[in-house]
Amino acid sequence: MSTILIIEQVLNGLQSGIMLFLMAAGLTLIFGVMGLINLAHGSLYMIGAFAAAAVAGFTGSFVLALIAAMVAAAIAGVLVEMLVMRRLYATDHLDQVLATFALILIFSEGTRWIFGSFPLFLDIPDYLSGPVNLPGGIQYPFYRLVLICVGLLVAAGLGLLITRTRIGIQIRAGENDREMIAALGVDISKLYTLVFALGAALAGLAGALVGAIQSVQVGMGEPVLILAFVVIVIGGIGSIKGALIGALLVGLTDTLGGVFLPQLFKLFMDPSAAQSSGSALASMAIYILMGAVLIWRPTGLFGARP
Amino acid sequence: MIRERTLNGLVLVLLLAVPLWALFNDQPFTITLATRAVIFALAAVGLNIALGLGGLVSLGHAAFFGIGGYAMGILAHHAQTYTPVMELPFLIQGTKSMPVIWLVAMVTSAIAAFLIGLLSLRTTGVYFIMITLAFGQMFYFFSISWAAYGGEDGLSIYVRNGFPGVDTLIPINFFAICFTILCLVLLLSGLLARSPFGLALNAARQVPQRVQTVGLDPQRLKLVAFVVSGVITGWAGALFADLNRFVSPTMFSWQMSGEIMIFIILGGTARLCGPVVGAVVFVMLEHFLGGLSEYWHIYLGALLLLVVLFARGGLVGLIVGREVAHD
Amino acid sequence: MKLKSLILSTALAALASGASADDIKVGMITTLSGGGAGLGIDVRDGFMLAISQSDRTDIEVVIEDDLRKPDVAVQLADKMIQSEKVDVMTGIIWSNLAMAVIPSVTAQGKFYLSPNAGPSALAGKGCHKNYFNVAWQNDNLHEAAGAYAKGAGYQNSFILAPNYPAGQDALTGYKRMYDGELAGEIFTKLGQTDYAAEIAQIRASGADSVYFFLPGGMGISFLKQYADSGVGLPVVGPAFSFDQGILQAVGDAALGVVNTSQWNKDIDNATNAAFVETFQAEYGRLPSLYASQGFDTANLLISALETAHPDDADAFRAALEAANFDSTRGDFAFGPNHHPIQDIYAREVIKEGDIYTNKIIGVALENHSDAYAVDCSF
Repeated sequence: MSTILIIEQVLNGLQSGIMLFLMAAGLTLIFGVMGLINLAHGSLYMIGAFAAAAVAGFTGSFVLALIAAMVAAAIAGVLVEMLVMRRLYATDHLDQVLATFALILIFSEGTRWIFGSFPLFLDIPDYLSGPVNLPGGIQYPFYRLVLICVGLLVAAGLGLLITRTRIGIQIRAGENDREMIAALGVDISKLYTLVFALGAALAGLAGALVGAIQSVQVGMGEPVLILAFVVIVIGGIGSIKGALIGALLVGLTDTLGGVFLPQLFKLFMDPSAAQSSGSALASMAIYILMGAVLIWRPTGLFGARP
Repeated sequence: MIRERTLNGLVLVLLLAVPLWALFNDQPFTITLATRAVIFALAAVGLNIALGLGGLVSLGHAAFFGIGGYAMGILAHHAQTYTPVMELPFLIQGTKSMPVIWLVAMVTSAIAAFLIGLLSLRTTGVYFIMITLAFGQMFYFFSISWAAYGGEDGLSIYVRNGFPGVDTLIPINFFAICFTILCLVLLLSGLLARSPFGLALNAARQVPQRVQTVGLDPQRLKLVAFVVSGVITGWAGALFADLNRFVSPTMFSWQMSGEIMIFIILGGTARLCGPVVGAVVFVMLEHFLGGLSEYWHIYLGALLLLVVLFARGGLVGLIVGREVAHD
Repeated sequence: MKLKSLILSTALAALASGASADDIKVGMITTLSGGGAGLGIDVRDGFMLAISQSDRTDIEVVIEDDLRKPDVAVQLADKMIQSEKVDVMTGIIWSNLAMAVIPSVTAQGKFYLSPNAGPSALAGKGCHKNYFNVAWQNDNLHEAAGAYAKGAGYQNSFILAPNYPAGQDALTGYKRMYDGELAGEIFTKLGQTDYAAEIAQIRASGADSVYFFLPGGMGISFLKQYADSGVGLPVVGPAFSFDQGILQAVGDAALGVVNTSQWNKDIDNATNAAFVETFQAEYGRLPSLYASQGFDTANLLISALETAHPDDADAFRAALEAANFDSTRGDFAFGPNHHPIQDIYAREVIKEGDIYTNKIIGVALENHSDAYAVDCSF
């Protein structure tokens, strides 16, 4: 277990955490501002990835593909918000669960209808591929470093948006008291559509960026959706800072747990039993983490205190 | 608008009539389909006690469904391979007797529900939803890695378990057992809702502070409701495993939790027969829509969406009208 | 789920002529929707191609979608046996669904011809005289990879697979034929998409080769990330991550990887050449190994029907065991446990024009049966 390996795994954990943050940020905004449980967020992620694959295949440009991903997901988000969600603001969470579950079905099979049953091709462009040498003799894929940077930039941008702009003030106020800001003259429905579109675009961007190093296939969004919910719960609903910290925690736990738990078990078990028990525990690790956080802080790390 | 009680009666009569018709027309598969609907309905009725009555939105109820299923799977597996479940500290043999399996399933579900409820009820709202989901996921990943009982492959039980005096392999007999259990549980659920416990729980769901001022502990009420709910869903899990003669980790998945919740929402939350209507409609849609097209999920999604947007209070709410406090 | 496929317009004529009692009904339960649908669709298309190319007018195929759910598959099997009264069943892709369905189907006296899933339990202790596997036993392709690695001189392999029974079987199969050291052995999480941690461990381990079994999207993710990492060690795997459907999604990252398969489009015989050509003409894409397995299953069935009817179980079984049909793999024979004895090839991923495909580079295992046949008795 060399130091280089440990550092590389920490970087991996950070990178997977940052990608989760893109999903979680949108989800926490949508839930925090609009009080909406959006199970279809994973479908927006998938739409972004498919749009990117389609545009990249057509034009060959990765940058265009990313833009297309954000635009396609945002448009899908706006459509969903205007046609479906608008009617559900007044209802309780359960109706939202059913409606967004129905949307998952429609989006998944709809995508399969348009694009077919086989996974699509999306690759990272040549100028972003290959490993780079980091100080300390570590070889790390350049693209993953790019992902970390992009994620941090988005986090900074969102932070600025929330704290320094007018929209940000409206968002923060909306999280606190929806009726009040409507009474104070803010156009609630435009704000909601904007927030939803922003969250969707972030999800689409995440889908495209991650799809380039994973597989673009129907149903790719659901596992990420669950993880994103875990993240925002750990971080606290409505808090971007919470989403970032939560995402990094989840990413690190997942990665480091998967690597080091089997090693830990090998100390007192035979190798193959250690391997399977270790990886079993590793797959449960993030849920155990979430359970522990919630037992300690029932509204998450940075969520509103009751 | 017909009265809810009439609708409940109609639903149950229909649910009994269709398999009987199938029996006389030599369509055993319809009976199997009806049994599947009844078992799903039972699982949903269980969840509804926590969700509808208690306001506890548990997205991890598949944990109990799976526990019931695996209780059946493990006991029957050991019985059919003639090995004991464990030898130390007690000798526990496998069994293929349904009543014993049900007892074990319910007791283990109760213990699990007590522990999960104790920890989860410290949270509320969406945090509660997520922590119950987390527990469900823990069971799911654990069962996948538990190689002794098949892991992801699951466990096949070759012959259906036995119920004293009944040949359970005949579809209509097994349907009768499940249907009787469903009716019993519906009766229990209805009585519970009208009992002092149920009224207090209903109040705790709406205004916990008032319940506290009267001297009752809303947390304790919710915990009891959660345990009862887990026990019933666990019972449904054992029956489901028996129906398919197969148990696998998918019984623990979050998609399964979601589906059980969908039955309730589709049918009508907090309605006595809401879960039954929802489960029956969903199973029927699953079966018939498949013939329309390879992409039938789209139609299913569209239909569900229409129900949610235009049928407030679920299908029962659509047919019966708004809930009334008394007839 | 119900995609009834009455493939012959003359089925009505057959009914009219009153020959329906002798008609053969085949029940195909396979995965046609959701993430893993590609495999089921390939098997179905290969199977139906063979049926349509035969001269027979009396075979009716009922096709249903199992949604990759074991409980749905069990329900459909019940329906096919009880309602549709099928004679033969086929189609299941995944081993966990196979384990749920096949024991009860064969116990009820029906024949099951597996075009894909080949769990070890059904090849050994749980074998049944009515169960035939036309594709392979699950371990076969992994054993061939191990044999290839040994032949190629790899001494220090790093192996990984997901932590579920098929994954555990895969690594067991590889280790059975491979005789070098193991630089590392990892079980990943089922459905895992990010392999950065595992690749870092490979890099640090000093291995000279990598072997992995990661079906579907997992394999696509791993290959892309591995290619980008610059680790550069030679990679071996079973065909499941390198079939025709998946290769297009992986792209250059798969070039040069050696994978093992019992079939490839360039196997040199007339049946195979005709199959590839007609499949591409009919469906507009190159066939994968799954399509070839579906094709061979249908032809095996048709060949058995030439001499016997499923109603005469013993005669039909003997006809199946004789396997007197032209397979896309050349000569075809069953072992005593009804699993194939066949050559497993090593093939390399290449690019032909715009299409990524495979080319055979050698034979990894010759006339290979499986390790569980000795445990089978019926």
